[in-house]
Amino acid sequence: MSAALFVAQRLSAVVLALAVAIHLGTILYAVRGGLTAGDILGRTHGNIWLAGFYTAFVIAVAIHAPIGLRNIVREWTAWRGTTLDVLMALFALALLSLGVRAVTAVFVA
Amino acid sequence: MLSVDVWRGTREGRFQAFQVPRRENQTVLDVVTEIQREQDPTLAYRFACRVGMCGSCAMVVNGRPRWTCRTRVSEVADDGHLRLEPLRNLTVVKDLAVEMTQFFDKWRDAKGFFEPGPTPGTDFATVSPATPERQAADAGIECIGCGVCYSACDVVAWDKDYLGPAALNRAWTLVNDVRDAGNDARLAAISGDSGCVACHTHMSCTKFCPKAIAPTYAIAGLKRAVLSRALRSRTSRGRT
Amino acid sequence: MMRASHRQPGFAAALAHRLSGLALAIFLPLHFLALATALNGADALEAFLAVTRNPFVKASELGIVVALAIHMTLGLRVLAIELLDFRERTLAALSACVACAFAVGLVFLLNAG
Repeated sequence: MSAALFVAQRLSAVVLALAVAIHLGTILYAVRGGLTAGDILGRTHGNIWLAGFYTAFVIAVAIHAPIGLRNIVREWTAWRGTTLDVLMALFALALLSLGVRAVTAVFVA
Repeated sequence: MLSVDVWRGTREGRFQAFQVPRRENQTVLDVVTEIQREQDPTLAYRFACRVGMCGSCAMVVNGRPRWTCRTRVSEVADDGHLRLEPLRNLTVVKDLAVEMTQFFDKWRDAKGFFEPGPTPGTDFATVSPATPERQAADAGIECIGCGVCYSACDVVAWDKDYLGPAALNRAWTLVNDVRDAGNDARLAAISGDSGCVACHTHMSCTKFCPKAIAPTYAIAGLKRAVLSRALRSRTSRGRT
Repeated sequence: MMRASHRQPGFAAALAHRLSGLALAIFLPLHFLALATALNGADALEAFLAVTRNPFVKASELGIVVALAIHMTLGLRVLAIELLDFRERTLAALSACVACAFAVGLVFLLNAG
């Protein structure tokens, strides 16, 4: 099972390396002179490419983050086993649903 | 005079202070031996070859895991003080001697042994030393199982099941041994939660290995093997 | 006295990587919730952003930007070691990662300040 987790984490990391580089660059540029809701939504509203990019970003994060958290809990606390795995899977679903909701929000608003 | 604090006891215990005269070219092993022979015969410690070949004398000296026979006092006791402890992450048998069974059990669990397979060759295998596989294997085969890397590893301290740098390094040398027939089972053995994927590249193993072996890079090789095996099996499943 | 393995640059790198990842994992759901206020219209998002225009939040934002940058640079180091068999001088690589992350933070500070 966790060879699969390792593979998933490293592959999502490669996706995120690209996505984060783009996102950081965008944010550094966009915050110049302050950032209003209008600035954000002006760019994201109806922008299918941006929505697609951020959805891919959300999926990669939803895979990547819970696996990392699982490692931290297993190594730094006494907790391990199936309950932890289930909780991490739920966290992944939470990130996925909240993320897609956020992408939708800035797409339609 | 050297002031030497030596761990006495097992997991519970205390440091006992000794005074040992400084001598020229003295090694830490000389110091421990002098304490045991001249001052306290109840002190338990290990050594064998005393010339840096067997790894038996490994212990923690002033916080760093090393071989006492290859550690000059002049190199480590800058303020005339030595602190001697048993290797970390292993059960203390008594004083400076640790139980190595778990260390070698993990070696076995990582399939760190040669597997000839059902049809071993009847003649010598021709393996050129210049091939990348043989160079990768040669980089790691000098390991003598001293336990210094295992003592230095934080992940071993955090995860009792983690196979550890020595076992994984050995597994990597065998993954690169073209004569070996057991790599499917071996890669399966080292790719679990407590296998190579648990290494977080702290690199203390590489830093402290007295044979200048780099288990970190062997483990990285195993991770690549795990990755390509996983991706290959996915694509072949897709084809059928 | 810190144990020898904790004084290694590789340990510092792994610790920074782990702690920045933890911070990001905590931040992310909040970030998604914040953006989703736009479901109630642009004014709702603007109202939220207005609340965040104070020095404490700005400092936290800077922290998160640096955390993201350092998590990425240190992650690239791990990927290089694992996938590209990169053998580096650990302290030099770690310094480069931290320097890049602080550079990103500085640009953010200059642009957003």
